Amino acid sequence: MRHTISLLVENRFGVLSRVAGLFSGRGYNIESISVGETIDPQISQMTIVTSGDDWVIEQITKQLNKLIDVIKVTDMVELDHVEREMILIKVAPKPEKKVEVLNLTEIFRGRIVDSSEKTYTIEITGDEDKIKAFINLMKPMGIKELVRTGKVAIAREGTKK
Amino acid sequence: MKITGAEIILECLKREGVKHIFGYPGGVVLNIFDMLYDDKDIKLILTRHEQGAVHAADGYARASGKPGVVLVTSGPGATNTVTGIATASMDSVPLVVMSGQVPTLLIGNDAFQEADIVGITRPCTKYNFLVKDVKDLARIMREAFHIATTGRPGPVLIDLPKDVTSGKTEFHWPQKVDIRSYKPTLEGNKWMIAKAAQLITKSTRPVIIAGGGVIISGASKELKEVAQFTNIPVAMTLMGLGAFPGTHKLSLGMPGMHGTYYANKAIQESDLVIAIGMRFDDRVTGKTDAFAPHAKIIHIDIDPTSIRKNVRVDVPVVGDVKRVLTALLKVLKEENKEQWSAVRKKWLKQIDAWKRERPLSYTKSDEVIKPQFVVEKIYELTKGDAIITTEVGQNQMWAAQFYKYDKPRRLLTSGGLGTMGFGFPAAIGAQLAFPDKLVIDIAGDGSIQMNIQELATAVINKLPVKVAILNNRYLGMVRQWQELFFNERYSHSFLHDMFPDFVKVAEAYGAVGLRATKPSEVEPVLKEAFKIKKTVFMDFVVDWKEKVYPMVPAGAPIDQMLFEEPEKKQEKKLRAVK
Repeated sequence: MRHTISLLVENRFGVLSRVAGLFSGRGYNIESISVGETIDPQISQMTIVTSGDDWVIEQITKQLNKLIDVIKVTDMVELDHVEREMILIKVAPKPEKKVEVLNLTEIFRGRIVDSSEKTYTIEITGDEDKIKAFINLMKPMGIKELVRTGKVAIAREGTKK
Repeated sequence: MKITGAEIILECLKREGVKHIFGYPGGVVLNIFDMLYDDKDIKLILTRHEQGAVHAADGYARASGKPGVVLVTSGPGATNTVTGIATASMDSVPLVVMSGQVPTLLIGNDAFQEADIVGITRPCTKYNFLVKDVKDLARIMREAFHIATTGRPGPVLIDLPKDVTSGKTEFHWPQKVDIRSYKPTLEGNKWMIAKAAQLITKSTRPVIIAGGGVIISGASKELKEVAQFTNIPVAMTLMGLGAFPGTHKLSLGMPGMHGTYYANKAIQESDLVIAIGMRFDDRVTGKTDAFAPHAKIIHIDIDPTSIRKNVRVDVPVVGDVKRVLTALLKVLKEENKEQWSAVRKKWLKQIDAWKRERPLSYTKSDEVIKPQFVVEKIYELTKGDAIITTEVGQNQMWAAQFYKYDKPRRLLTSGGLGTMGFGFPAAIGAQLAFPDKLVIDIAGDGSIQMNIQELATAVINKLPVKVAILNNRYLGMVRQWQELFFNERYSHSFLHDMFPDFVKVAEAYGAVGLRATKPSEVEPVLKEAFKIKKTVFMDFVVDWKEKVYPMVPAGAPIDQMLFEEPEKKQEKKLRAVK
């Protein structure tokens, strides 16, 4: 099963390497990872998407907790939470498909952030399903390039499952 | 007043109570070595290889319980410590390894003798630091000792760029260490302890498996109290030998691949396994699915990641073994008034029957020296009171089987990583910690050659370490596997007949060399060696065909054991196992 794990870590050099090394050294997989400073500049927030059965996830969260630079580990599965990812997607539709691309972008509440004679670059934010659906719709249009931020997640206030 | 980084390091070491450092100098650590030149309080033991320095510090730590300290230079000096650090890491040994580093401005430039040792040792240290500013040095030194020695202990590396050790700052030593993200759990959960007590009360066929955690936690007394009060037999992992008296009637010896028949039987037939400070290594469990099939499992360990890593656990108790056992004993005494001895009678009788059925044994000989005989003789002559270190392979297993450890910290062996070349430098470290004790490395002719250069360290520092080489001319354990599982194809496990001449090697280094080639010579050689107040190499020319039994083939359940018996029967059994 897929889990989104949220970490608070000391904002020091080498911490990302310790976290990544833990996953690679024990044969766990990172599907996505995003890192950024929190409101306290001494603390960083990492959001890791990984998958595994209950045993593996238990080991992952314990091993992460054991790392000396890790302050807090939260498995988001245990909480009601909001997840978002942003992608930038560059498509090169045929002239007759251009309007469709614009319409779809509108429907998905995306934005055109750049355009050229042949391409549009679209920014889309959403949860996994929405992003997936949009990418699928764009595939026939001709995707030239796709970049994604990786998922970030935050717990809903006061709604522990 | 401002002082240099090198001065800060020495001051910090003194405040941590460090008396001995093991090390080797080189370009970028000369600032520190210069300070050591006329220091009265700290003695540096110069080894002949950085790996030897780390193992020596490791042996010092295992024997004394105090952290071992190492100082080496950058680049190759640092990379040579990696095996030693990984050895300590696997066996939870507190070490502080200081490595020199090129000046901060050159880091990343592929400078002369530069290695990213912080990156290299990240997975095999408990934590490591690169000190970038001399102002952080005192705090980092303090944190390093704190991290190395608390919780589940382990090695910590501090990388020290040359400009940090020469830079100056005000010295400020933090009285207290507070790392917000590092707070080991020491007290066991009360509810879990109560649940554990309940299971123990209900169980009719319980067995304790004690590991190295009992020794590290200093909980031998508590373990003995619990075992005796509840009348539960105790098996000890390789790392746990000595945690409970090996000569006690409740002792089952070592379980697992080369464990005793009765320990493995007891575990497989038990209805409750109480695992204390051990981590269910594959050498202990054999096939995990078939491990203790009828038993509920209570697991007490300070490291939460050890729990449910390899086997299912019914009652996990995270905490320091000593505190958990103290709490558990209290609950057991309060809750249960029945006579434990009566309850256990049947179970202990069964175990006694297994002990009689298949005791540890070997075929004695008058013509050729059996390696087990040498270990037995060492036990007999030292009355079990020596500090024994081992190398890795057959020598290690025989030292575990045929020497009975009644006290903790008497067997120093590389259990987790299985590092050949560990025993001799470790013996040097242990001898330094206990100058008046008899320290014996039980070695093989293969392993001893992996750090034989430390003869110089032992002789020059007048450390009367004894090395008993069980010389079978082979990498014995490799040969044993090849004989049993590779159709006797001895690929590269033969080391050559009597090569080198260990007696002459010892003499060349100024040590004493003795040799025994017949069983009748074993005792006189040992007696003489123990009498001489010098480093001694004893070359025991033993039966090369001898194998370690019992043996559970890798991946088999632990009650599928092979014993020493006529060749043909053995073959049949092996086929069945495959």
